[in-house]
Amino acid sequence: MSRQTAASHRHGEMRNLLAISDLGPDIAAGIEEVMTLTDSFVEVSERAIPKVPALRGRTVVSLFFEDSTRTRLSFETAAKRLSADTMNFSVGTSSVKKGESLRDTIETIEAMGVDAIVVRHASAGVPRQIAQWASSAVINAGDGWHEHPTQALLDCYTIREHLGDMRGRRIAIVGDIKHSRVARSNIAAFTALGADVTVVAPPTLLPPSLEGWPVKVSHDLDAILPELDVCYLLRMQRERMNEALIPSLREYTALFGLTDERADRLGDHTLIMHPGPMNRGVEIAAEVAERPNAVIIDQVRNGVAVRMAVLFLLLGSGTAWGGELDG
Amino acid sequence: MSAEDMQRATWRMAHEIIERNHGLDDVVIIGLQTGGVPLAERLTAALAQIEGIEVPVGCVDVAFYRDDIGLRPVLPETVTDIPVELTGRTVVLVDDVLFTGRTIRAALDALGDHGRARQVQLAVMIDRGHRELPIRPDFVGKNLPTRRDEAVDVHDEGVDLGEMVK
Repeated sequence: MSRQTAASHRHGEMRNLLAISDLGPDIAAGIEEVMTLTDSFVEVSERAIPKVPALRGRTVVSLFFEDSTRTRLSFETAAKRLSADTMNFSVGTSSVKKGESLRDTIETIEAMGVDAIVVRHASAGVPRQIAQWASSAVINAGDGWHEHPTQALLDCYTIREHLGDMRGRRIAIVGDIKHSRVARSNIAAFTALGADVTVVAPPTLLPPSLEGWPVKVSHDLDAILPELDVCYLLRMQRERMNEALIPSLREYTALFGLTDERADRLGDHTLIMHPGPMNRGVEIAAEVAERPNAVIIDQVRNGVAVRMAVLFLLLGSGTAWGGELDG
Repeated sequence: MSAEDMQRATWRMAHEIIERNHGLDDVVIIGLQTGGVPLAERLTAALAQIEGIEVPVGCVDVAFYRDDIGLRPVLPETVTDIPVELTGRTVVLVDDVLFTGRTIRAALDALGDHGRARQVQLAVMIDRGHRELPIRPDFVGKNLPTRRDEAVDVHDEGVDLGEMVK
C-alpha cells in the first residue's frame, strides 16, 4: 500500500505541525501524504452535506494573538467539517488583557480538555514553546517571521492541482521576503518537492543572509517573468514604508508589482498566486487578480481541505503508523 | 475457492440481484474501498450481460466514518466517487469479505450523506461470520466458517485463508 510506504518514511508519528520540517525526515513524502489525504477532503467539501464524523468529540481551540480572517475561519471550517468542536480565543476579549501569562493561558485552556491548539502569534517560536507545555497537538497558524506551514501546504496543493508534478517548475516568490513567514514555509516546501525557486525583492526586503537557502536571488522581476510557471506575490505591508525599507509604495509597484503589462508577459499556463490579504494596486494590479490564471480564490478554497487533512493526521489517523487496514 | 468458483458466484449473485429487484430500475452498485471495488465492477459487467443494461457503479471510502478512529491507523485508501444522486435509488453495497459488520455500518453512514436511498442491499463474496453488529448480507458468494484470528484474502485468483498478520 503506497500510503503506508509514504508513512513509513517517518520515524514515529507527527505530533505537532510547527514548521514544514515537522512533516518528517523525508519532507517530500510527508507533503505527498497530506496532498493525497487532501484529495479525499476536497471530495467531502463538494458534497451536498460537506461534513464527516471523523473527529466527533474532539475539541480544537484557535488561539490567535494576531489578526487574521482567512486562516482562522479556514481552520474553524475545517474542524467543523470533521465534526470537531471548536473554541475561539481572541486576545482582545480574554484574560491576557488582565496580564495573564502565556503559560497560564495554555494551562487554563488545556484543563478544559482540548485536543488541538491552533496558534498564531506575532513572535517567532511561540507555537514551539506552547508545544513544550501542552499535551495536545499544536498547529502553527503563523508565528512572526518564522513559518506558516499550512499556507505552504495549500499552495503546494493548488500548484499540483493546476500544473501537476512540482519537479523542475520555476517559481518566483516576489516581495517582502525578509518579514515573510509564508516565504519561509513555501521555500522549504517547494524546494523539497524539487521546484526551482527564485526570490525577487529589493535588497532591503531580503534577509541579511541567504546562505544555506536553496534559492536563487533576483532584483529584476522583468527579466525572469517569461520563464515562470508560478508567480507568487507577497503582501507588501504598509508599515515597511514607515521603516524606510522602500522609498514609496508607488516605486515598489513600478519595480516589483505585477501590473497588467507584466502579467501580459507571463506564459498562458503561469499561475498567479497570493496568500492574501491583497493590496490591490500595490503588489498586484486590481485587474490582474481577476485573470483566469490567477488562482488566489482556489488557494482559499483548498485551504479548508488541506487543514482538514492536517487536523485528521494529527488527531484522527490513529496512535501508530503503518498498521494493516482491514475490515 | 478458485477464480472459476468466484466467477460462478458472481453470476449467481447478479441473477439474484435482478430477481430481488424485478429488474434493474434505479439500481446503483457501490463498491467498498478497496476490496469491494473489483467485485462491484465484475457484478456490473455480469448485470450488463444478463439484462443488457449498464447500471451506474461507484465506490465509497469509509475511513472518515469508522468507529475506531484514534484507536488504530485509519486513512482513506482513495477518494469516494458516487456518480448519481442516491435519493430514491436502490443501492447494492458490495464488499469482498463480511466480518464484524463495522465497515458496513460506516458505509451506511457514508451513503446517508449522499442522499436517502429507497433501499440498501448488501452483496459480499465471503461471509466469514463473527458479526459484532446486527448486519446481514442479502447476496452471498460463499459462507466460509473461520476462526477470529484467521485472515481471508480475496484476490483475482480466488480466496485464500491464512493467519492474520499482527
